[in-house]
Amino acid sequence: MKKLEKGFTIFLFLLPALLLFIGILIAPIAVSVYRSLYDWDGFSKATFIGLENYKELFTSGSIKFTVSLKNALILAFFSVFVQLPFALFLALLLGRKVKAERSFLSIFFMPVLISTVVIGQLWLKIYNPDYGLLNRFLDLVHLGNLKHVWVGEVETALGSIIVPTIWQYVGYHMLLMYAGVKGVSLDLREAAMLDGATKWQVDRYVVIPIIKPIIRVSVIFAVTGSLKAYDLVRILTEGGPFKTTEVPSTLLEEMLFLRNRYGMGSTISVMLIILCFAFALAITAAFKDREA
Amino acid sequence: MEEKKKMKKKEAPVYEYQEIEYTIKQTNPVAKVLTYTLLVIWALINLFPIYFMFTFSLKSNEEIFGANVIGIPREWRWSNYTSAMNTGNMGRYFVNSLIVTIAAIAISIFAALMATYALTRIKWRASKLMNSFLMLGLTIPIQASIVPIYVLLSRAHWLNKYSTLIIPYSAFTLSMSILICTGFMVDIPYDLDESARIDGCGLWRTFFAIILPLMKPALSTIGIYAYLQCWNEFMFANVFISDSAHRTLPVGIRALSGAYTTDWGPIGAALVIATFPTLLVYIFLSRRIQESFIAGAVKG
Repeated sequence: MKKLEKGFTIFLFLLPALLLFIGILIAPIAVSVYRSLYDWDGFSKATFIGLENYKELFTSGSIKFTVSLKNALILAFFSVFVQLPFALFLALLLGRKVKAERSFLSIFFMPVLISTVVIGQLWLKIYNPDYGLLNRFLDLVHLGNLKHVWVGEVETALGSIIVPTIWQYVGYHMLLMYAGVKGVSLDLREAAMLDGATKWQVDRYVVIPIIKPIIRVSVIFAVTGSLKAYDLVRILTEGGPFKTTEVPSTLLEEMLFLRNRYGMGSTISVMLIILCFAFALAITAAFKDREA
Repeated sequence: MEEKKKMKKKEAPVYEYQEIEYTIKQTNPVAKVLTYTLLVIWALINLFPIYFMFTFSLKSNEEIFGANVIGIPREWRWSNYTSAMNTGNMGRYFVNSLIVTIAAIAISIFAALMATYALTRIKWRASKLMNSFLMLGLTIPIQASIVPIYVLLSRAHWLNKYSTLIIPYSAFTLSMSILICTGFMVDIPYDLDESARIDGCGLWRTFFAIILPLMKPALSTIGIYAYLQCWNEFMFANVFISDSAHRTLPVGIRALSGAYTTDWGPIGAALVIATFPTLLVYIFLSRRIQESFIAGAVKG
């Protein structure tokens, strides 16, 4: 009896969380998996088509899922190999007791707090072909031939999305890494320096190995974040020109609102979940391998 | 007086750097100059958008498009703010964002506190498993549930309400809230629960009378994190809210910029209205805010 009561109390404590979590996340995912096997416009009767949606997703020329995936992976690539190294570099610099360390840290973190919609609007003002800062700057330094309709040309549109995305979250990764760098004991650093190591060697052989778990978290966030990208694409290019900058999430929205293809929308959702988990696991495994 | 100040200024750094030999002071001057140049340039790059946003929010088109692109406004046009508030409806969007954010945070914190208590301070067999289950939310993208929720809500005519956003937002911040809560709750000595039990407190009384009051520091950490997630969320708000009465700031700004394509001033004003409250809080609570991000990520 006592045990039953305890079990019931535990259940009650967990109830609000479970209701939210299962109701808003787990159950809808189950429904998505189920719906992804159907051809369904949201109103009339759905027809079971097995894995046809998945097949169409990867083979159809009109849905552009492969393009969207490629874009997300390009974004992930720049995140991992440009944004994170720079963030690590800043974190290591700030970890060396520079003057005004806290002020620099606070300023570098600031863009993270600003809504991506606001960031997107600001960059639209920078990219504007006629009055934007970028083109006017190019005019000023007599490089007018480098001017572009930045978000409107196929060659520059994706880059115009990548630059602000990377810029905005450098501070986030820097903060995480800085917290790790600060956690490395001074004795350890000093011991290494007494052995004749330079500062960069200390960073390379003492600090970085210690903060590896944090770097792993950063890599996971950077990659899954790129797969989930939506805001800046919606604001800056709307997936254009000619659908060259679509990402999975903008396609998902298109399936719902422009094409009424709820089955296919669900398929994209499921693919996103699979990709996020697959990358998270693969990155964790890659880091384990190296440690061994 | 003057001299005293000077002395203090001189002494302070010496004292600060004494303890540690491992400082930039010892590197060669070239490296030092390079380091600071780089830090200052990056700081300027990060401050510039805020300066740019603020100054063009006070300019007329003639100034923005003319000679005074990035300078201080020659004529401070506060009327841009009135048009953003009145014609652009920014006041309304601001209040909407506030309502949605506060309600979502409250629900998320409440559910997280209760769940964390059951997970960390009551002993039962499957608690670890349950914890990992709830932590799945850290990896699951919110896009995962958007289709079924949209279908359900549109069938139930539940789009375009505050609760349309409040409930999903509280669910999406839940896993992180629990994670942060756990960090704080395991630090509370377990002896407290023991002595409460000896005094005849049940689990509920222990939770409300002993644990909750001690969780106050956790609340701000969770609150800050959840606030930023909800205040800036764009995808759900964009998909689920189509009427202007319930738009939150990010969706509102997008609508406004669509309406004012040729007049940049009011758009700038809208951006400032959406951003500066957060920055103001950040100036006073920068450490706390940074800590809440670290707490959220480092243990994950």
